[in-house]
Amino acid sequence: MSGDESAWLTVLAAILGGALRVSTPFLFVSLGETLTERSGRVNLGLEGTLVFGAMSGYAVAFHADSAWAGVLAAGAFGTVFGLVHGLVCSLPRVNDVAFGIALMTLGLGLAFFFGKGYVQPTAPRLPEIALGGWSDSPALQSALQINVLLLIGIACALALAWALRSTRWGLVLRTVGDSANAARALGFPVTAVRTCATAAGGFMAGVGGSFLSLYYPGSWNEALSSGQGVMAVALVIFARWHPMGCVWAALLFGGTGAIGPALQAIGVQQGYHLWNAAPYVLTLFVMVATSSARRSMAGAPGELSLTR
Amino acid sequence: MAGRGFEPIAIALAAIAGGLVLFSGFVLANGHDPFEVLGVIFEGAFASAFSWQNTLLRAAPLILTGLAVAIPAQVGLVVIGGEGALALGGLAGASLALALSHTGAPAGAVIVLSCAGAMIAGALTQALAGALRAWRGLNETIASLLISYIAIALFNHLVDGPLRDPASLNKPSTAPLPESLMLGSMPGVDLHWGLAVGVVCAVLAQLMVSRTTLGFAMRVAGGNVRAARLVGLPVAALLVTACALGGSMAGLAGAIEVLAVHGSANASLLAGYGYTGILVAFIARQQPLATIPVAVLLGGIAAAGSLLQRRLDLPDATTQVLQGLLFVSILASEALYGRVNWRMRPLALRVGRTAAVEQP
Repeated sequence: MSGDESAWLTVLAAILGGALRVSTPFLFVSLGETLTERSGRVNLGLEGTLVFGAMSGYAVAFHADSAWAGVLAAGAFGTVFGLVHGLVCSLPRVNDVAFGIALMTLGLGLAFFFGKGYVQPTAPRLPEIALGGWSDSPALQSALQINVLLLIGIACALALAWALRSTRWGLVLRTVGDSANAARALGFPVTAVRTCATAAGGFMAGVGGSFLSLYYPGSWNEALSSGQGVMAVALVIFARWHPMGCVWAALLFGGTGAIGPALQAIGVQQGYHLWNAAPYVLTLFVMVATSSARRSMAGAPGELSLTR
Repeated sequence: MAGRGFEPIAIALAAIAGGLVLFSGFVLANGHDPFEVLGVIFEGAFASAFSWQNTLLRAAPLILTGLAVAIPAQVGLVVIGGEGALALGGLAGASLALALSHTGAPAGAVIVLSCAGAMIAGALTQALAGALRAWRGLNETIASLLISYIAIALFNHLVDGPLRDPASLNKPSTAPLPESLMLGSMPGVDLHWGLAVGVVCAVLAQLMVSRTTLGFAMRVAGGNVRAARLVGLPVAALLVTACALGGSMAGLAGAIEVLAVHGSANASLLAGYGYTGILVAFIARQQPLATIPVAVLLGGIAAAGSLLQRRLDLPDATTQVLQGLLFVSILASEALYGRVNWRMRPLALRVGRTAAVEQP
């Protein structure tokens, strides 16, 4: 029995570790998308931004020999992608959902084009903090190696939650997102606010991408992302458009995604691919449970094309 | 749909030209001659019988995955889960063909039944997104994407598990189909029947959309849900039907890829045709017949990738950059509709139309 118990402890530690390790890109893209959607726009192209952020972050970190320079560069390129989305979708009749898919194609293409030369070289990695010193279980110790970006992401979520609730800037953003007509009547610059929110969302997605190449898995290749950017929209729905909800959603998604590999590590091979689908099933289930045919989803910004 | 006749074609051509200019700038910034690169892309896509064959081979599934987006678009839905429907369709087609091959039924019947099974599998996959939309108000774009991911995971699970051929060591596959069940070439050309199937489906879809009561009802529901309900149209059933029809096209694409190209269901099936189909449908402005030339164009661009790599040592992602820039340019060009002063339209007509639009 004790052998079994330690095996399950290993699995639980691996799921916890997986949740803490894998959740960072989920957290950043969902915070970025929350910001964008709170302004009334949807950017479905964050996958392209994420992967281009991973590539550019890795390249800059390699050339500048500094992981943090890479993170900032990834954020800057992400801002450019967000800005393009924000500006083009301000034109009349341009569909923000379809344009997001276009930018996703372009971002992936550009990342693969420029990334060819960076598959081989090794860039510096982001630092991590060991929080598991109190435990003598090596599995738990390795699970509690917290990366700094996760802490920054949680700080961002707290800051964003406060800013949305208690600042003038947050009120303007929420007004623009809930009713463009009301915002216009109050003299708020609707288009400018949305463009800025989309650009800031792109910054976050780029930073999230840099985590993939600079911390975990920690190198650049074309199969780096497992769809974290695509999941952003689902995560935001899961989080009810609330920044702190994004933290829990990201941890949950990271954890469910880690179940398959953790079971594989102790020799359970069955259903490996099915466990990979667990986050998607979970999101779909939550969407079904929280929506209704008669009203738009609770907590959703009124201007959002997604929930009408 | 805004714009009729001359306007959409002119704007589409202008948008393609804009995309090519952006691409030329990109190529120039990377130290290559844009004319040379575009020339090589043209050569790899359309210059010889061999490149045409390559192009049309890719265009065949793209017509079908384009229809998978264009048909639901008639009821106003943006469904982007074609890749998952294609995967499950291919798997259903391969399994059915395998199972039926032991019964001794004639090859033609087995192929038709397998394709029918694949269409049902694809239809069920996408109909789920339509049903969730119709009865729970779920956003169909996100729902179809999630369902597509789940379908792909299911595909991987089945191909790597219960349905795996033990002989496939490195690359999990279902058991290979006997040669007699493979779709052959069309008479006179070295090209399998998939292209003909795609063209026929596009023509049928266009007829359905523009010439039948069902198509008309779909377009009414897509234009104004409230009006459709007022005149008593079964809106929910229309939404689900449109999604199911679209999904059946993607499922058929999967079966044809299995029966004509791969010979078994495996990971090669997931080549991104489902995602490129979204692009096809949007460039075709959701017109079923227009998916044919657009699929040929995009198939050609993709087919040129390897020549670009061999001749100019450019990464094969170059063609993806071109696709992305074309897509960006074409979607941004939507803003031009009704804004360009076409000389062929009398001024009074334009003023009249604007006034009509202004009224609530």
